[in-house]
Amino acid sequence: MGYPANFRYTKEHEWVNVEGSVATIGITDYAQSELGDVVFVELPKVGAKLETGKSFGNVESVKAVSEIYAPASGEVSEANPELSNKPELLNSDPHGAGWLVKVKLANAAELASLMDGAAYEAYIAQKGKEASA
Amino acid sequence: MDFVTSSAQTELRKTPLNALHRKLGAKMVNFGGWDMPVEYPSSGGLMAEHKAVRGGVGMFDVSHMGDIRIHTGKTAGGALAAVQHLSMNDASKLAIGQAQYSAMLYPQGTFVDDVIVHRLGEDDFLLVINAGTREKDIQWVRQNTAGFDCVVEDLSDAYTQIAIQGPRAVDVLQKLTDANLAPIRNYWFTHGTVCGLPNRLIARTGYTGEDGFEIYVPSEVAASEAVWNSVIEAGREFGIVPCGLGARNTLRLEAKMALYGHEIGDSINVWESGLDRYCKMEKGDFIGRLALANASAAPLKRTLVGIETVERGIARDGYRVFDPAGEEIGVVTSGSPSPTLSRNIALAYVPPDFAAIGTPLCVEVRSQRIKAQVVPTPFYKRAKKPAPQAAGSA
Repeated sequence: MGYPANFRYTKEHEWVNVEGSVATIGITDYAQSELGDVVFVELPKVGAKLETGKSFGNVESVKAVSEIYAPASGEVSEANPELSNKPELLNSDPHGAGWLVKVKLANAAELASLMDGAAYEAYIAQKGKEASA
Repeated sequence: MDFVTSSAQTELRKTPLNALHRKLGAKMVNFGGWDMPVEYPSSGGLMAEHKAVRGGVGMFDVSHMGDIRIHTGKTAGGALAAVQHLSMNDASKLAIGQAQYSAMLYPQGTFVDDVIVHRLGEDDFLLVINAGTREKDIQWVRQNTAGFDCVVEDLSDAYTQIAIQGPRAVDVLQKLTDANLAPIRNYWFTHGTVCGLPNRLIARTGYTGEDGFEIYVPSEVAASEAVWNSVIEAGREFGIVPCGLGARNTLRLEAKMALYGHEIGDSINVWESGLDRYCKMEKGDFIGRLALANASAAPLKRTLVGIETVERGIARDGYRVFDPAGEEIGVVTSGSPSPTLSRNIALAYVPPDFAAIGTPLCVEVRSQRIKAQVVPTPFYKRAKKPAPQAAGSA
């Protein structure tokens, strides 16, 4: 699966896609493949404040719980309602239907420090090399 | 996000099949100091592996398990006496070719480790022990058999151990051995040629709650890989998949089989663990017996129960358990979504007053307390098949 060039990516494998004043946040294909079968997603409520680098929810696979870290600060305007019944969307379509939350960004300039698609692909390729070394 | 998978670390121990797992693209984790596959994306991942074992057949590398042989010293009987002293089940009841679930205990009646004791000969036993407790166990066995006329051999690195598990396991393995598998009953074993290797131990044992076998082949890498690949090839028509420790854990949890460091450990005694039926107080003295005899006079402080979350959420290892009034009463030892039942199951220690089926409890999942209740165990039990003929009649 490709990594959309217009998304921005964190080292912790979250993505953020800004359209107008709204940023959509999700986890990457690499993240879902590391997690394995996702069975439960815990998301913040509308109105919750996210703070860059802080945990704002959890994704559970059969074997473990993983925290999701905010790629940027802002206020949650929507949480993906599909995920409570279909957590597997995170596995099947992590960059699309498996989105987590939409956020009104507090400071869009924060995103400048994140990776673009090409940089993220290089980053995970490096991780893959370390893992099989 | 943070993941449980680990990158390769040179200090981790590796089984002879390690390179093969990596070639298969397995996700590897540090399990008790061992670099082990947790799941194989090429098999479809944990859920698919779990379902393959319940419905067909799966295979596991369990070479990280340790093996201790205790056999005759100068005079016959010394090994049996040593095993009886070391373990809580009654090894004298075993026929040659039979195995039993047992445990080694500390003098206070708590667990050094759980073991499977195989009777290889009249005065010859093989103890299969856990990976994470290998060194401790071997030291414990040496220390506590010093006064017995027996020979203790650590064979842990001598074997590659492969578990073939599931209702079709017998069909797969039968294609690879001259031994007649049909008459071997659960917890019995035989020796036979496997994949051309003579005199291999073939045991009808496992850790999945399903029918299956564990085979012991020499730990040489090329031979081990050849056996693994032959099993894959033989199992292809039955849909065999390699399975990792992730599925091994969910399978054993559904069957309520104890995991050292979780349901049993050095601070949990036999009565609390509910493993009473494997502890034979009447067989004579053994390490831990006196403490257990004393403990049985007092009421139990806690007992192991199965629970299921009623509200959304997964109770996991270490999560705290509360009564409905909000009083902390216990702790979850293992918990997971159950792939077979599609419910969130867990084992927990609670006071006996809260052990009745249907008792409402709460589990603290992160900052929230969610509703749960006590349910019957095992969570999963395989359908009974007509018992095969006794081993001797074949």
